[in-house]
Amino acid sequence: MKGIGVSPGISIGKACVIKSNQAILTGILLKDADEISAGIKHFDDAVIAAINEIELTRQNKNLQLNEEDISILETQVEFLSDPQLRDDIIEKITAAKLNVNDAVITTIADMVQIFSAMEDEYLRARAPDIKDIGARILNHLDSPRPGFAQQFEPGTIIIAEDILPSAMITMDIANVTGFVTRAGSKTSHTAIIARSKGIPAVVGCGNDLDMINNNDLVVLDGTAGLVFVNPKQPVINEYKAKKDAYLTQANLLKQLKDIPAATADGTAITLLANISGAADMEAVFGNGGEGVGLFRTELLFMDRDSFPAEDEQFEYYKKVALLSKGKPVIVRTIDIGGDKQLPYFGLPAEQNPFLGYRAIRICLDRTDLFIIQLKAILRASMFGNLKIMFPMVSNISEVREAKTILVRAKDELLHDNIPFNPNVQVGIMIEVPSAAITADILAKEVDFFSIGTNDLCQYTLAADRMNEKITHLYDPYNPAVLRLIKYVIEQAHQHHIHVGLCGEMAADPTATLLLMGMGLTTFSMSANAIPAIKNIIINNDVSAARGICAKAMAMDNSQTIIEFLKGITAQ
Amino acid sequence: MITKEYTITSAHGLHARPATALIRLVKNFTSVISIKKDDKVVRLNSMLNLLSLAIKGGDSISILIEGDDETHAALAVNEFFEEQLQKL
Repeated sequence: MKGIGVSPGISIGKACVIKSNQAILTGILLKDADEISAGIKHFDDAVIAAINEIELTRQNKNLQLNEEDISILETQVEFLSDPQLRDDIIEKITAAKLNVNDAVITTIADMVQIFSAMEDEYLRARAPDIKDIGARILNHLDSPRPGFAQQFEPGTIIIAEDILPSAMITMDIANVTGFVTRAGSKTSHTAIIARSKGIPAVVGCGNDLDMINNNDLVVLDGTAGLVFVNPKQPVINEYKAKKDAYLTQANLLKQLKDIPAATADGTAITLLANISGAADMEAVFGNGGEGVGLFRTELLFMDRDSFPAEDEQFEYYKKVALLSKGKPVIVRTIDIGGDKQLPYFGLPAEQNPFLGYRAIRICLDRTDLFIIQLKAILRASMFGNLKIMFPMVSNISEVREAKTILVRAKDELLHDNIPFNPNVQVGIMIEVPSAAITADILAKEVDFFSIGTNDLCQYTLAADRMNEKITHLYDPYNPAVLRLIKYVIEQAHQHHIHVGLCGEMAADPTATLLLMGMGLTTFSMSANAIPAIKNIIINNDVSAARGICAKAMAMDNSQTIIEFLKGITAQ
Repeated sequence: MITKEYTITSAHGLHARPATALIRLVKNFTSVISIKKDDKVVRLNSMLNLLSLAIKGGDSISILIEGDDETHAALAVNEFFEEQLQKL
């Protein structure tokens, strides 16, 4: 079955199905003023008892609460002492003469409904908080029962409707290896707490959940959001292997996440991530990335019927900016054409699409579309350290033209009194051989370069990277490609502009020392590749990397180069 | 009465954690402190009311403060929005 993977990792264990008990309305009405004032006092006492209970939970050292747990408990105290909640309940007791049990149940149900209907996913996920408050108060209206004190066998996977925060916090989870719930979202408590404790979880499984019975063997993939009930042996074996691989990676990450990426001899290296939208930002910082080296904007333009308007684009870029914690984010203007087509933008089929009408070439032709994207990015630059990057540049006129249009975009915003950061940095992708060879010329026009090795490789070697018959020719270790990369890095340094590398080579452990030896200090890659690359960086010296680079560059073919580099990395 | 406008700079807006901190901060003052988004105003003594405004990152809001200690309260609230909020 498929749900939403909210806490990554693989878990294989026995199911324990938990049913929640529901509070019941009594329908008994209060008779007189004495019963009403007694009801109000009963409610106030229950709230005080509930707050005291939370305080006891907070101080219980055996629970080993983390920061996330404490923050949830503090929020619950605020909910319990909320004057609006009290007003609503007192109103039901005094005006509608509901007994206190019924007043609490109906008031909480109303509030849960309000929150469940909210547009914001995060606020919708607060509905269980309110349910939980209700459960706590009701619990103290009766003679108090003990909380969620069930003991579990080692390797238990909990199957439940949803897990209330209080249960999640006080539950004996030492033996719990996974959670599967019917309801929930990425921001529900089950998700937040499972993540903070490193327990895999899949939520939002819906009615498929009824398939699971106590003691079923359950395989849970919290990364992909998959749950297998009593799977066959090959599936179990596959997931055992995945689990081991995940744990190795997770361990590496844990050791390295907060360590700065600096070489053993003290050179700081910046590791950035490639993203496609705000949804990828959590993984960027989660893997120890220090910003975004490539924000591909194509995703926003795909799967739709028309070009997104300026406001919609602005919101999309702003979301990323707000999540970027002030770290740099390089936004690449739209790179369509080639293998990336938009159904609503009828581009004619071409003989050689990769050598045709694509990327900056389209933008400079359709300036009406280009200026909308530039204005949207400029507006979003108020919310984070955004930089603008043009793809597929092949000569200096293109850079100058694109910059002229950027000036026009700024003028239009100024004219309309719309704020933006006037000092947004401008850079280009170096992915066409002519741009690489004239890096010295282009460096005078821009603030930074980013080397795109995938296209640079296929253009330099005249080898289509989609054509399976010639995959042996598509080879980034070909001395021609390496010379171009090295030249671009050197020219950027000479002209005192920043240079990074954002192609697949940045994530290739075989290339890390070679690139460092060429003088590269900024690598941008998919976020989950960062820990492994960081591990190489912190265990090596730049001076040694320079020696490795010199040796590799003196070799005459890529096979020898790859063998030599692999031999070093393996040491 | 003191009124000041703020733009919410934290990505997740005023969600549970910052909302809790704000409600707790406001409790230290005797002034009546309210928050306004669009044309809805709620007093900052209720988490439920505050959350129901669904304040997101990038939203503009106003804070209204009236009472004996309004100057001190305004300073504290200012620090909350300009400095602490991004760290919560």
